[in-house]
Amino acid sequence: MKRPQKTNKQIINIKGVEKQFGDVTALNGVSLTIKEGEFFSLLGPSGCGKTTLLRMISGFDSPNLGSVYIDGSDMTNVPPNQRPTNMVFQSYAIFPHLNVAENVGYGLKKQKLPKDEIKLRVEEALALVDLEGYGAREAHALSGGQRQRVALARALIMKPKVLLLDEPLSALDKKLRETMQGELRKLQRTVGITFVLVTHDQEEALTMSDRIAVMFDGKIAQLDTPEGLYKRPKTKRVASFIGVMNFIPAKVIASTKTKLSLDVEALGKVDVGASDTIKSGEKITVGIRPEMLTILYEETDDADNVFSGIIVSASYYGDMTYYEVELGNTAIRATVSMRNTAGRPVLRAGTETRIGWGYESITVLDG
Amino acid sequence: MSSKPPKSLFTYAVFYLIFLYAPVMLLPLFAFNDSAIIALPLSGFTLHWFGLLWETKALHEALYNSLLIAVITAVGSTTLGIFAARAAARYEFPGKRGIVGFIMVPLVLPEIIVGVALIVVLIQLGLSLSAWTVIIGHVLICTPFSIAILQSAFNNMDRSLEEASMDLGENKLGTFFRVILPLVTPGIISSLLISFTISLDEFIIAFFLTGTDVTLPVYIWGQLRFPARLPAIMALGFLMVSLSFFLLLTAEYFRRRANRLTGGHSQSNDGIFQ
Repeated sequence: MKRPQKTNKQIINIKGVEKQFGDVTALNGVSLTIKEGEFFSLLGPSGCGKTTLLRMISGFDSPNLGSVYIDGSDMTNVPPNQRPTNMVFQSYAIFPHLNVAENVGYGLKKQKLPKDEIKLRVEEALALVDLEGYGAREAHALSGGQRQRVALARALIMKPKVLLLDEPLSALDKKLRETMQGELRKLQRTVGITFVLVTHDQEEALTMSDRIAVMFDGKIAQLDTPEGLYKRPKTKRVASFIGVMNFIPAKVIASTKTKLSLDVEALGKVDVGASDTIKSGEKITVGIRPEMLTILYEETDDADNVFSGIIVSASYYGDMTYYEVELGNTAIRATVSMRNTAGRPVLRAGTETRIGWGYESITVLDG
Repeated sequence: MSSKPPKSLFTYAVFYLIFLYAPVMLLPLFAFNDSAIIALPLSGFTLHWFGLLWETKALHEALYNSLLIAVITAVGSTTLGIFAARAAARYEFPGKRGIVGFIMVPLVLPEIIVGVALIVVLIQLGLSLSAWTVIIGHVLICTPFSIAILQSAFNNMDRSLEEASMDLGENKLGTFFRVILPLVTPGIISSLLISFTISLDEFIIAFFLTGTDVTLPVYIWGQLRFPARLPAIMALGFLMVSLSFFLLLTAEYFRRRANRLTGGHSQSNDGIFQ
């Protein structure tokens, strides 16, 4: 089942798709392209339209407006049974009246392939998902993790151009979910097929995907690599959906080629990296990740921006210590890794300390 | 923690069961009793009454009519039930609740009203009464039962199973035969058995609409005028109760199996027979 690895070829091209269900707008003008061999995730809270978008790629829903191209052909109104896509359903949808081999071979039987070939390919597909010898097992005798593997094998045996996964891990317990995240990623690399995953779990999206589209209210809020999303979220909403971030309102004092001078509420003057789009006088929000803050223990320690504050609370987790620090009248969360505090005691609540951060660690956010 | 009910309630339950089943228990008692008079004390064991049934030609005809009517009714009401239950379970359409509600109404309509109404309509239409008019009446009263049973089978079916089939390249017809039908088959069998039983036992509508094609219950009613034949009727009654009981148990078995198969999450007992 080896396939060519990632190319720059577009496999899915969605153009201006809109979808209404009664009064509810599920998708409000979504356009995106997915590259061949990519592990792509649609991430967002429930009701953001990610599942509707996936169902449009699979053919279970059709858009009111816009079009869906798969591998160069217009598939907008092509029914699911004629699309080169296969889906792993959230409930796995294992046929309860068929055993594992019959489930996996379901699609091949429709193609009227010879029995021997079906048998061979079913065994191949089961091996791919580590279920060798499970063919005769009845569907109801499977565990949650096994059901998922059967669903994967049943879809992959069809050799789809795109494999669609609808919240495939949400029904599993935490430990199994983490194992399966790694396995899914490995499986995707093995088969080289484009995977499109729908999830509401940001950690799942970050660990598995090549690229992620974050969706809110039927629109793509940001499309980027996991690293790009985490480091350079564009809006407050994206930033708070991906990980933890401190938000501080600010006003732009001066904008130059190299840096942006801000008047940050409660903190005073702060300098950050330059931005082309923001002009002097504008009101904005700045964001900073808790782990980008440094506690300056020594008088001589320095950073691009330094402020003094009081520790409000400290939670010690061994590898990390989570602080809440009051700067002026703004409370900020700071995460300090064990590495950076080697040999130093955890700061108690009430301690006065100096906090510093670099230009690059501050993100300027829209809205 | 379950607490024990008061003793008085237990006594009540016992009396209730006796009240329900004592008359039925009399059937085997007198069916095997060697006396033409239905009265205690019993005078001895005999199979004579069953032998008499074997020899009565009119009875055989009535039985044949009843079986024919029951089979066609079962198939007819189950077919209608499949369409209605599928529509109610899968599609949203304006006035759905009202329509489904109205379909279920014959369940509570007095049969005598249905019988009178039907006979008026049929005579106006100029149709002569026959086994077919009985079938029309029976389909009418059996369809709601079929829908109730089949709806629980269709509702329990996970919609993504159908989608998965389509996703794997199967078309709508193939999906129906390879996924939907196998999963609702137990429900269909249960519906067939129950409507068969209802039709077989039904008297009022059959009495109104039967014409010359007498059904078994109508035949029995006619025989009640001759006291001498009563023990034979007891024997016949015993056979019919046994058959009904057997059919209902089988139907219930299939209905529960249907719920298990379709992965009905609720430990659902939402059928007619709990």
